[in-house]
Amino acid sequence: MGVKIFLYPLSIRIWHWLNAVLCLLLIITGISMQYSNPEYPFMRFDLAVTLHNIFGITLTVSYVFFIIINITTNNIKFYKVQLKGFKNRLITQSKYYSVGIFKGQKTPFPISEKRKFNPLQKFSYILVMYVFFPLIFITGWALIFPETIIHDVFGISGIHLTDLLHVIIGFFVSVFMFVHIYFCTIGTSIGSNFKAMLNGWHE
Amino acid sequence: MKPFLKKGLILSSICFLLLYSLQSLCQYKDEAPKKNVLANQECLKCHGGHFYYYYNDWVEKDVRERMNPHFVIDSTKFYKSNHKTFACIDCHSYEYEDFPHSGSLRMEPIYSCLDCHGGDENSAEFNFEQIEENFINSIHSSKHGDNFTCWMCHDPHTYEISARTKESIIDVVEYSNNICLNCHNNIEEFQILTDSENPNILDAHDWLPNQSIHFRSVRCIECHTEINDSILVAHKILPKDQAVQNCVECHSTNSLLMASLYKFRRKENRNAAGFINAAILKEAYVIGANRNIYLNWASIAIFGFVILGICTHAILRIIKK
Ligand code: HEC
Ligand code: HEC
Ligand code: HEC
Ligand code: HEC
Ligand code: HEC
Ligand code: HEC
Ligand code: HEC
Ligand code: HEM
Repeated sequence: MGVKIFLYPLSIRIWHWLNAVLCLLLIITGISMQYSNPEYPFMRFDLAVTLHNIFGITLTVSYVFFIIINITTNNIKFYKVQLKGFKNRLITQSKYYSVGIFKGQKTPFPISEKRKFNPLQKFSYILVMYVFFPLIFITGWALIFPETIIHDVFGISGIHLTDLLHVIIGFFVSVFMFVHIYFCTIGTSIGSNFKAMLNGWHE
Repeated sequence: MKPFLKKGLILSSICFLLLYSLQSLCQYKDEAPKKNVLANQECLKCHGGHFYYYYNDWVEKDVRERMNPHFVIDSTKFYKSNHKTFACIDCHSYEYEDFPHSGSLRMEPIYSCLDCHGGDENSAEFNFEQIEENFINSIHSSKHGDNFTCWMCHDPHTYEISARTKESIIDVVEYSNNICLNCHNNIEEFQILTDSENPNILDAHDWLPNQSIHFRSVRCIECHTEINDSILVAHKILPKDQAVQNCVECHSTNSLLMASLYKFRRKENRNAAGFINAAILKEAYVIGANRNIYLNWASIAIFGFVILGICTHAILRIIKK
């Protein structure tokens, strides 16, 4: 299709793959704790706890790294939203994904150096990176230091509420990941976006 | 008088009477008989504090002396304990009423719990016989025989049952663990029985993450005893190599906690609001043991829809290419 655009600087690529691997490992160890069962031991519980803690801490560090890159390299501009008309742009993009794409229409918001993400991507990345991630970090760190959690919230254990929130967000992040990977297959070819995340050049 | 005023007056006096009688009933249950309290006061004059006075016949004057700290009885705790209705001399020789106490009294035999509670109908619910059998097979008893008595864990002057009476599990755990830590964290008490040093409890459990929260939320006996269905509090302390070290024994749906710490409560609200092992939730959250059935179903459903959506989308893309 011709023009290649350089979209993903090395720092973003390193961050992204580290992030992806850590998320995957966190999901696996997390599920293994939540559904621990002595009869079908998928992973030793104490091992799962230790690994989950280590990966969680590393992910926090990598998140800080992500924020720093975004601020220093101006990558943050791709995450800025012009609120006016954003809803309509989201609808346009959704229509494209649910109807237009099958009719061979052109994408309504083609990628350029000024626009890395289409509105749906922008929306979901902001939701995940700036809402879900901070929440899951706060609850996760609180669970590493449970003595910091208010013990009793109107008769319910504070740890219980914290844990519930943590698990629910973890679930949403897992769902995001599936959808995200699937949508990454929509590109010039099925593998082109993945290649882009490897070498930086978008086809 | 207006009729509704009259009615109100009658009603409120009935309420007052009811409350009053209820209160006096409670007082009756809570308080030791007056004569015992008075008699105990004689002993507590000296044993209630860190100093005591007596009239020294030889030098013919009042003297103030230090009380051996191990012989000090905390009277508030005593009057809250199981045996709060007792006079001191129900368990101790009446000869203690004399001072100086006769030297041979130090050799007075002490009662065992079973002397009074064995075969006693009033304490049938506790099943003392089974407790004793458990205790005799415990590591403490098998290593130290008769020298290890029930009193060593159940302080004769302060012990009050807690597992079945205390509101909060955290309080039950704290009370129970302090019984063990009284020796295992206190070399003076520990060495009553042995010359060896007590192993450091924190070091012995360094394999357990979030140690402080575990020790706050579970009792030592959860891991160190064999569960016994016919008594509420298991008493058979096992050798250390048989202690529970496998996390999943608690962190799974059929958590051992439901058969031990939460035994007394588990009949209440078993699966409230879709939570498995809901009895635990009021004060703790045990990963793996507390799962929400509704959340489980919801997550499976959402996930199913997402996968379904992705598959349809993918298939349509392939067809329409
Ligand atoms: C005038 C003070 C005084 C009074 C009153 C008193 N005691 Fe004592 N008691 C002592 C002292 C001092 C000791 C420690 C020295 C000793 O054994 O004489 C002691 C020791 C004891 C011991 C421990 C004995 C041992 O060696 O293990 C017991 C049990 C005891 N008292 C019970 C009682 C009882 C029961 C009463 C009330 C009926 C009572 N005492 C009243 C001062 C008193
Ligand atoms: C339920 C029975 C019981 C009652 C009631 C009781 N004691 Fe004791 N007391 C004991 C036993 C048993 C011991 C021995 C404990 C041991 O050797 O571990 C003891 C020991 C003592 C000792 C020695 C210190 C010690 O801990 O070894 C003193 C002092 C004492 N009692 C005073 C009193 C006084 C004062 C009262 C009344 C306020 C009282 N006791 C009420 C059972 C009782
Ligand atoms: C001298 C006799 C005697 C001895 C020894 C004795 N008890 Fe008791 N115990 C009683 C009596 C009598 C009651 C009932 C007191 C009451 O209802 O006020 C009682 C009550 C109790 C209760 C019930 C308290 C409640 O609130 O329902 C428990 C538990 C108990 N004892 C445990 C023990 C243990 C454990 C030991 C040994 C460490 C022991 N007792 C030793 C006579 C004794
Ligand atoms: C190693 C320490 C230890 C020894 C020894 C011990 N107990 Fe206990 N016992 C406990 C603990 C801890 C509890 C739990 C306290 C609670 O929650 O009431 C308990 C609870 C009890 C209860 C109350 C259980 C209930 O159903 O509410 C009785 C009764 C009892 N013990 C009797 C005995 C008798 C009898 C002996 C001696 C044969 C004995 N204990 C020896 C530690 C001990
Ligand atoms: C989660 C389960 C668990 C709890 C709770 C627990 N323990 Fe242990 N404890 C163990 C295990 C497992 C071992 C054996 C460790 C080993 O072999 O290294 C042990 C070892 C010990 C030892 C032997 C130490 C030695 O080196 O000889 C003592 C004493 C002990 N525990 C006391 C306690 C006391 C007191 C408490 C309560 C404050 C407690 N434990 C709570 C599981 C537990
Ligand atoms: C009166 C003091 C005393 C109390 C109270 C006490 N212990 Fe012990 N315990 C000992 C002593 C002493 C030993 C060491 C036995 C030995 O090796 O000689 C011991 C040993 C142990 C061991 C190690 C056994 C082994 O295999 O080496 C465990 C586990 C243990 N206690 C648990 C408990 C628990 C749980 C409680 C509370 C319910 C408790 N103890 C209360 C004195 C006490
Ligand atoms: C005797 C039962 C028991 C055993 C055995 C046990 N736990 Fe726990 N654990 C609990 C309880 C109860 C809590 C809940 C504490 C609370 O909510 O107050 C807990 C909490 C935790 C927490 C903190 C939960 C949070 O939300 O921050 C972690 C992590 C944990 N356990 C890991 C482990 C590991 C790893 C092991 C095995 C080495 C283990 N546990 C063995 C009962 C147990
Ligand atoms: C839950 C874990 C993940 C999160 C939070 C996440 C987040 C993100 C974010 C924020 C971007 C944009 C980066 C930027 O340029 O600023 C992105 C891009 C990308 N991600 Fe992920 N990702 C995750 C997992 C994965 C996985 C597992 C894969 C593939 C195996 C993947 C493949 C890609 C690709 C190919 C891109 C580039 C295409 C695009 O910009 O949309 N991601 N991801």
